Amino acid sequence: MMAYSVCILGMGVLMSVRHSLLALLSAGPMHGYGLKTEFEAATGDIWPLNVGQVYTTLGRLERDGLVTAGTDADGQKVYEITEAGRGELGRWFETPVPREVIPRQEMAIKLVFAMRSAVADVAAVVQRQRVATVRALQDITRLKAAAESSGDMAGLMMLDGLVFQAEAEARWLDMCQARLARENIAAGTARRHSEIPAEQAVERSS
Amino acid sequence: MALLDMDRAGRVFGSGHLRVVALDDVSLRVSAGEFVAVMGPSGSGKSTLLRLAGGLDRPTSGRILLSGRDLAGLDEAGLAEALRREIGFVLQEANLLASLTAAENLALALELAGVRPKAAMAAARGLLDSLGLGAAGGRFPGQLSGGEQQRVAIARAVAGGRSLLLADEPTGALDALTGESVMSLLRQRCAAGCAVILATHNVRHAAWADRVVFLADGRVAGETGPPAGPECLLGTGQVR
Repeated sequence: MMAYSVCILGMGVLMSVRHSLLALLSAGPMHGYGLKTEFEAATGDIWPLNVGQVYTTLGRLERDGLVTAGTDADGQKVYEITEAGRGELGRWFETPVPREVIPRQEMAIKLVFAMRSAVADVAAVVQRQRVATVRALQDITRLKAAAESSGDMAGLMMLDGLVFQAEAEARWLDMCQARLARENIAAGTARRHSEIPAEQAVERSS
Repeated sequence: MALLDMDRAGRVFGSGHLRVVALDDVSLRVSAGEFVAVMGPSGSGKSTLLRLAGGLDRPTSGRILLSGRDLAGLDEAGLAEALRREIGFVLQEANLLASLTAAENLALALELAGVRPKAAMAAARGLLDSLGLGAAGGRFPGQLSGGEQQRVAIARAVAGGRSLLLADEPTGALDALTGESVMSLLRQRCAAGCAVILATHNVRHAAWADRVVFLADGRVAGETGPPAGPECLLGTGQVR
């Protein structure tokens, strides 16, 4: 898979290295370093993994009886998945990933404080973010076209995920912009009404 | 020279207290091979912009140049001729003629542009083949899926080597994957040198463009500019 060095919009990736390694080992025994490179290739280098993290995780998997470690002809450590490991992997695939109830998102926080701050032009903050989000979306879409032409189905589906997340943000910002515009119109109308002399206003309401 | 040059174009409807400014001082240059998306809420001026760009309506201020020629300087016949030769439209509905096959729909467009019937039919089949729609050629619109119909409509819009394709929500009624195949075809036409202006609400589809222009209340409210390239995206994903 080609490199997608694109993890954008601070997607909070709650991802299990443990289960990913078990998934790779379910295809056959592997060395620790091979697992690292396979993991990175499979995820298009979006989630770089340091080799220390791989060995720490393998150590825990071995402790928990999910993998066993042996040595190959060159004396290198080779890891193999156990039956318990296969069971654990099966449960991972069967269980939906929990959604964070309220992901802490910098843009949401920025928006909250822009509303409270006298310095920020909130509509401009929203518009700038919208442009940035759409630009990021353009870049992901270009990567998708590349993945499509190389027939990389796993990469395509991963990029689709990023596309829909960015789309959600863009649509949310559209909604914010529409709300701000409506609020402005309402405020403008209220101002105009308050400019009408009192006796005239009474006349109108009667 | 830009293929399309909208120079401070404006369009006002009505007058007095009924005056509506649909488009206000909008400048947009589009070059051959470029894909520009225009986004904005309903009433922001997207369709007005497309109608002006396509010569279906005239600006009340500013100029529209197509290949360097001011559309305002053309008489009705000259304008019709320029539009037929250079501009293709794709709308939300494919609007293919139901009594003609897909290939015949394309051939008719070519015949209207002055190509002889036999050559038109051969060119129509060639174009459908090149777009991966060869199998659809002999079928009637009613026998095609929505996505196929829309792709045939795009083929018809670019038939005869038209240089500017104007698309107004061409994916409105299609599912996500089919909509994407339509975008992919538009992208392909740009690679072949055609310029595309796409008006859409859908940010996923707009992202297929080289540039995205945002309209609000008839004015340009922002633009993504030329693509930054994926290397500019930050790697913030964390592995736990």
